[in-house]
Amino acid sequence: MIKTIGVLAVQGGFIEHIAMLNKLGAHCIEIRNKTDLVTNKFDGLVFPGGESTVIGKLLKELDLFDKLHEMILEGLPVFGTCAGMILLAKKIINDSHIYFGDMNIQVRRNAYGKQSGSFLTHGDFKGIGQIPMTFIRAPYIENILDSVEVLAVVDQHIVAARQNNMIVTSFHPELTYDLRVHEYFLIMIDQHIIKLKNYTT
Amino acid sequence: MNKRYELNKNLAQMLKGGVIMDVTTPEQARIAEEAGACAVMALERIPADIRAAGGVSRMSDPLMIKSIQDAVSIPVMAKVRIGHFVEAQVLQEIDIDFIDESEVLSPADDTFHIDKTKFDIPFVCGAKDLGEALRRIEEGASMIRTKGEPGTGDIIQAVRHMRKINQQIRQIQNLRDDELFNTAKVLEVNLDLVKFIHRHGKLPVVNFAAGGIATPADAALMMQLGAEGVFVGSGIFKSGNPAKRAAAIVKAVTNYNNPKLLADLSEDIGEAMIGINEQEIDLLMAQRGI
Repeated sequence: MIKTIGVLAVQGGFIEHIAMLNKLGAHCIEIRNKTDLVTNKFDGLVFPGGESTVIGKLLKELDLFDKLHEMILEGLPVFGTCAGMILLAKKIINDSHIYFGDMNIQVRRNAYGKQSGSFLTHGDFKGIGQIPMTFIRAPYIENILDSVEVLAVVDQHIVAARQNNMIVTSFHPELTYDLRVHEYFLIMIDQHIIKLKNYTT
Repeated sequence: MNKRYELNKNLAQMLKGGVIMDVTTPEQARIAEEAGACAVMALERIPADIRAAGGVSRMSDPLMIKSIQDAVSIPVMAKVRIGHFVEAQVLQEIDIDFIDESEVLSPADDTFHIDKTKFDIPFVCGAKDLGEALRRIEEGASMIRTKGEPGTGDIIQAVRHMRKINQQIRQIQNLRDDELFNTAKVLEVNLDLVKFIHRHGKLPVVNFAAGGIATPADAALMMQLGAEGVFVGSGIFKSGNPAKRAAAIVKAVTNYNNPKLLADLSEDIGEAMIGINEQEIDLLMAQRGI
């Protein structure tokens, strides 16, 4: 079955995610306004990198917020990178905004400073192994609360985590040639589809 | 491959689909961030005022730029004169996120641009055609923008430049392999860059529109012509209702292909900047630095 992924496309690096997911055989739909949400059925969602202030504001003003929030709460698998992590966090330590706030993580925005602090490294991702990690004015997770599984740590900071249907990374797997984090997400979707089937039968 | 250069191109990728706004004070910077700017350009005078004031226009006071860095959480850019690598060293020292080597300021060098490969932080440069764009990329630019004609509120030159760059890209795509050598010669650029264009049909860096954008429809026009985002300089803070116009332009860039939404966004956003037609101006900034 071909999976349909809704990629939030109001600002930022969404085309890079679509390219990765297409390589893995998934079908992607850009979400730019409410019509895109209503007229399509999704197996998963991607919240890309970009500026969280911009994406967060447009979610509300383009009337996307409530419907997306409903989908997340219903358990639809969602993958947030960088700004996408900020959208899902329960609390942003150095910013008063809260967006979806569904994931039990406390996040520091621009945690590595300005562009001069952006970096590329290789790190261990639980269940995958060594992967390239590109950090661009990135956040990291300062604290985790209930039911959050840590997936990657770089320099003592949590940079990838999962809570049930939500997976987040501080870094940008979509800016590398390594498809394995996106593959991991597609497996999460498979598991969710199986769960739904068992539930209904 | 140079790691810093990759990271710098990556930052430009994260700005895509966004609006970068010129601001002259911390208060304007906050208005821009609040309205949904994905970055701000800190400068002492917006291009329309530079044009009106005349005289030599230089890099802004670092103190002023720092006050804007303190005011917002989004990336902050600032301009240096074409070829003025010491102004660029100064901006790198105050930890700016992005440098615009800009024809809006008075050029410091009429032959040589800055060797941008010598810096750790990214540069954006203006271009009127593909040759200029590729020469700037060879010098280390991480992002390209059309030159347009800054400070005029007149879109015609940005349209001309964006169409020209994309026409030239399409022409190269249609060439035979053995015809690429001559193109490199004619454009005065490296053959590898021409080969990249031939293979991928796009620039190897992000390409934004700039120069003369004043309305949501202007921004959407540039996006439909192939821009990956827009810079708005004088168009916002020279208008009747900057906050409202800025927010409308942000949404127009996201939904540039949605005429119904564009119609709503164009409604009741106050007076646009008056602007000035290209025939009425003496100084064409786009001719600086080729």
